[in-house]
Amino acid sequence: MEKIIELSGLTKRYGTHIVVNHLDMSVGKGEIFGLLGPNGAGKSTTILMMMGLTEPDAGTVRVCGLDPVRRPIQVKRKVGYLPEDVGFYEDMTGMENLVYTARLNEIHADEAARRAGGLLENVGLREVKHKKTGKYSRGMRQRLGLADVLIKHPEVIILDEPTLGIDPAGVKEFLELIVKLSREDGITVLFSSHQLHQVQQVCDRVGIFVDGRLLAQGDIGSLAAQLFPDTHMTRKIGLDEIYYRYFQGGDDHE
Amino acid sequence: MNNAHPNTRGKDRISTRPFWVMVQKEAADHARSWRFIILLGIVVLTCLGSLYTSLSNFTEALGKNDAENDFFFLNLFTLSDGTLPSFFVFVSFLGPLLGISLGFDAINSEQSKGTLSRIMAQPVPRDYVLNAKFMAGLIVVSIMFFTLSFLVIGTGLIVLGIPPTAEEFLRITIYTVLSIIYVSFWLNLSIFFSVRFRQPATAALAGIAVWLFFTVFYPLIVNLVLKGIEPSDFASPRAVYLYQKLKFALVQVMPGELFSEITSTLLMPSVRSIGPLTMEQLHGTIPGPLPPGQSLLLVWPQLTGLIALTLLCFALSYLSFMRREIRSR
Repeated sequence: MEKIIELSGLTKRYGTHIVVNHLDMSVGKGEIFGLLGPNGAGKSTTILMMMGLTEPDAGTVRVCGLDPVRRPIQVKRKVGYLPEDVGFYEDMTGMENLVYTARLNEIHADEAARRAGGLLENVGLREVKHKKTGKYSRGMRQRLGLADVLIKHPEVIILDEPTLGIDPAGVKEFLELIVKLSREDGITVLFSSHQLHQVQQVCDRVGIFVDGRLLAQGDIGSLAAQLFPDTHMTRKIGLDEIYYRYFQGGDDHE
Repeated sequence: MNNAHPNTRGKDRISTRPFWVMVQKEAADHARSWRFIILLGIVVLTCLGSLYTSLSNFTEALGKNDAENDFFFLNLFTLSDGTLPSFFVFVSFLGPLLGISLGFDAINSEQSKGTLSRIMAQPVPRDYVLNAKFMAGLIVVSIMFFTLSFLVIGTGLIVLGIPPTAEEFLRITIYTVLSIIYVSFWLNLSIFFSVRFRQPATAALAGIAVWLFFTVFYPLIVNLVLKGIEPSDFASPRAVYLYQKLKFALVQVMPGELFSEITSTLLMPSVRSIGPLTMEQLHGTIPGPLPPGQSLLLVWPQLTGLIALTLLCFALSYLSFMRREIRSR
């Protein structure tokens, strides 16, 4: 499978604290990859390094074959990034915000408006598209964020804790939307979360991330084999078992 | 949705189109904001006030028979009866306020609203954000100052019934451009503070603190220092000259002083020198106005200094912004 994202030996330190520690990881084209780990595991920092928003101390990043440190603009043309707790210009409407993003991507104003209208429909914000985003709820903002990421027709989308603050029904809808997009348009999705149920629900492959290191990566079946080689596969090991074993059940209540 | 990428053509080409989109948005934000409307109100009112005092004193000024009489139109900008400061004093006082208030929340508010990381995930060079904020402020200030200057000329024209000469018009235009440069210095300074400080209030306060320091405290300190080394009445002319030179040099780091030297030279053609002059230098000069080119030449060092200060602030913002980590919120 063609590798869209490749990290090798990636390291990031803040002072003496190592946030990301010799990380090797790869995401193939068209797959939905889940980055699962507790808060402060270095998920966001890894994502920032993929986007060229912070520089790695060691190791290399390749996104679509490009180095985000050297050629951030080219990477950002192909990659859509939804930051954690995304913000919009509050005195502009949802529509205006999307059109603005599109125009930053050098999409002509008419085309931008056409795409924005379609996307707002897709993410279920048609009724509120002419409302100022300052009045949007957290879930609406998150959905607008997804539309914002998609308006440039990316090859890859990177979502950092996208379901935070959305109610359960909304989460289900949101995740279904991501799966649909990935399948229909062949978009590669990297999805970070500390909520294993969500990851389990949508991801083809999962990377388990603790203290800046990737403990294991693969589909759920192979994860169990990697982490518990001594366990006989007589009973099916669920991801939750792996999760609790490694995170001591710390963060699942959020 | 299709998977075509019309925006990936031209691999390393970086277009300036997104830059102008950003400038357009920022300028529109300024023009719509209450802050700008309030500032505009203050500036317009004070300028009307000073225009009124200068116009009501005009007959008196015309009566005086001196070199400045040739340039009576410029009096609109410089004349005052003592109750209200003149137009150019107002501009030099309000300019910093205008610059600081247009820039102090440029970057940090984007960061705290969570929009910075979203914008930085778009294929635009990072400096576009800084440049667009600056350019938008500059455009807004330019429009405002040119409008004001031309309104003052227009009012003068209607009230006095005499058109300005080409030279006067040229001087007023140069003066307006230089006021814009002065405001852009403060704009840049406050953009730098907005990069440096996460809280807009801190950035605004830092800007105001610098302004106050240079308008109130720095002259005080300079006075104290100069008092200590003041030469006696019996000191050699050389010592006195050096003292005067030093006195002149010490105030040259104040942006406000640089600007007031520039404006007074440009708006009063009879100003022939700034800084100390010896008797020999004055010997044989005929008192008379300078041509605009010579006036400009006289303040060229001051102008260079002002532009250098502006660029310094810009460089500092670049330095702290370009390689910074951009986190959401």
